[in-house]
Order: sequence, then structure tokens, then C-alpha cells
Amino acid sequence: MGIFDKLSGWLLSIFGKRQVKIGIYGPPNAGKTTLANRIAMDWAGTIVGEVSEIPHETRKIQKKDRIVIKDGKASLTIDLVDTPGIATKIDYHDFLEYGLTEEEAKKRAKEATEGVIEAIKWLDNLDGVILLMDSTKNPFTQVNITILGNLEARELPFIIAANKIDLNGSTPATLKSAFPKHEVVPISALNGINMDLLYEAMLRKFRKKRK
Amino acid sequence: MEVKVNFISEEKLNGLTMEEKLEFILKEVKKGQILVLERGLTAEEQAKLIEMTMKKVNDKFAGIEMESYMAEKQNFWQKLFGKSRARMTIVGPADKLKTIYKDKEVIKAVIVSGR
Repeated sequence: MGIFDKLSGWLLSIFGKRQVKIGIYGPPNAGKTTLANRIAMDWAGTIVGEVSEIPHETRKIQKKDRIVIKDGKASLTIDLVDTPGIATKIDYHDFLEYGLTEEEAKKRAKEATEGVIEAIKWLDNLDGVILLMDSTKNPFTQVNITILGNLEARELPFIIAANKIDLNGSTPATLKSAFPKHEVVPISALNGINMDLLYEAMLRKFRKKRK
Repeated sequence: MEVKVNFISEEKLNGLTMEEKLEFILKEVKKGQILVLERGLTAEEQAKLIEMTMKKVNDKFAGIEMESYMAEKQNFWQKLFGKSRARMTIVGPADKLKTIYKDKEVIKAVIVSGR
């Protein structure tokens, strides 16, 4: 750690502006990288990774460090961690439907399995999580329940973001009623809808020092 | 096609470490069996089972279908000494067990022949 890092860390601790590692978690195709790109573009002017309609496009952790989110006088410096989608099954046949060759599909499946393992391991390195769910789908999936249970067990602060509210069939109210104990913010990462609400929630939730 | 569904009692898994328990589950599932666990897995066990499953995924084994109800509400003593645990867990090979509906209180699944 350089002198600048030490000094900035000291100043942050004095003025209560912490630097925290925030992971974006969820099932494949919930829009995690789209959200990471939206946050990074809004506050740092760059993107984090490529997006695709083919599931498991993100197969390795992608990071963007030192993003400063501000709201009035309050600010929060985050290292943003975009994680591969968590799944209980990865069948290479599913990728063939997107026009991939068998060899490409098998390679993608292998990399995707490694990505799931990496994403789960990263839960131990984070200060907070945005759990991203697709608001057009049933929220009671095992992946959502497993991630949620692990966040609760680790006592990690987290926000549930109900993504894709711009799409027909989106029911963010279903997510809210599914997880009444937790904060649910309805957003469209693609179109930037309600991002101000998400940033406000992030500042509120992730600036607190963990117990 | 015949598919075995095994109902596993709490006592059967009680004496096992987490690794042993998950190895047992995965071994049975890889044999094509569907397990209904009387005592559900904790969130940590579920995550570990996903990790272990991913290490075993190949051309013939696509992974698992796992379903459990959300963790039961904990009382003071459970919070103090225990871990949040699902009320029941059902786990099987992804190509045989398919969840068709799930909400807080109901899990509907079908058993199908493999691909």
C-alpha cells in the first residue's frame, strides 16, 4: 500500500467515507454486468465488461476500483465486483441454441462452472452485496434463496435490486412481498430507471461500519 | 424409466461432517437418485453443494436441481447457537428433476427421463 493509499484511508476513516468492496450477485442473465456498467459509467465514465443475451457471458470476476458515489455531501468509495451468475446446473446443450458450436458450448460451460465457484468464494471478501433479481421471473428460485441465506448467515449488508422493470411482465411488487424483511429497489439497469434510488440505498446501507 | 426417490431421515446425516454429508448427497444424485432430506441444508451447505457440483459438471452430468423452502424463522436460542436452515431440501439430477412452480409454501416438481 502506497503513502497516498494510507493517507486517503486515514482521511476516509476520519470523515466517515469508507472504501468498501461491493459485489453484484444473482442468477445468470439477471443483468449484473449491465448494472455494473451503469454504475461505472455514471460515476467513472467507463464500463466493467461486455454484455450478451447468451447466459454466462461473465465467467470471471470483473472489478472496477475506486468508484465514488455521491449524494449531496455524502459519498462512498466502492470497489465494484461484477460476479459470474450463480447456477446449480450448466448444460452445454443450452448454449447450442444460441448458435455456438459444440466445442464453443463445452468450453463456455466449463468456464461457467469455474465462474460459479469463484463467485461463491468471493462472498468471503466483500463488505456488501447488491443481490440482483429479474423482476419478470419468479423470485423464489433456489439460487436467490441460497444467495440470500448466505448473505444473512455472513451478516453482510445487502440490497435486493429488482431489475428489468422496463419490461412487460415485470412485477417488482412480487419481489417486495417475497422478501418483506429486506430492502427491495425496483430498477432498470439498462435504461437507468430509479438508479438514484439505488445510489441512495447504497449510500445508506454500505456506509455503515459492519458490526 | 424407473427413478428412485430416497427420503433421508435427519438421523442418517446427523453424524456426518458437512463435507461427508454433501459428498453423500452428490454421490447419490450422480447415480440418478432424487433425495428428499427431512432436515434441510443450511445456506452455507447449499452454497458448498453448488461449488462441489460445479467441479463435477461434465458432458454427461449437467448439475443438480435443488429446492428448499426459505429458512425457518429462528428463535433467540437458535440464533445464538444454530445456523439458519431450510425446512426441507429436495435435490436430484438436473436432467431428471424439474421444478415447475415454487412459492413460499409450495414446491411443485416433476420427475422426467433424462435428455
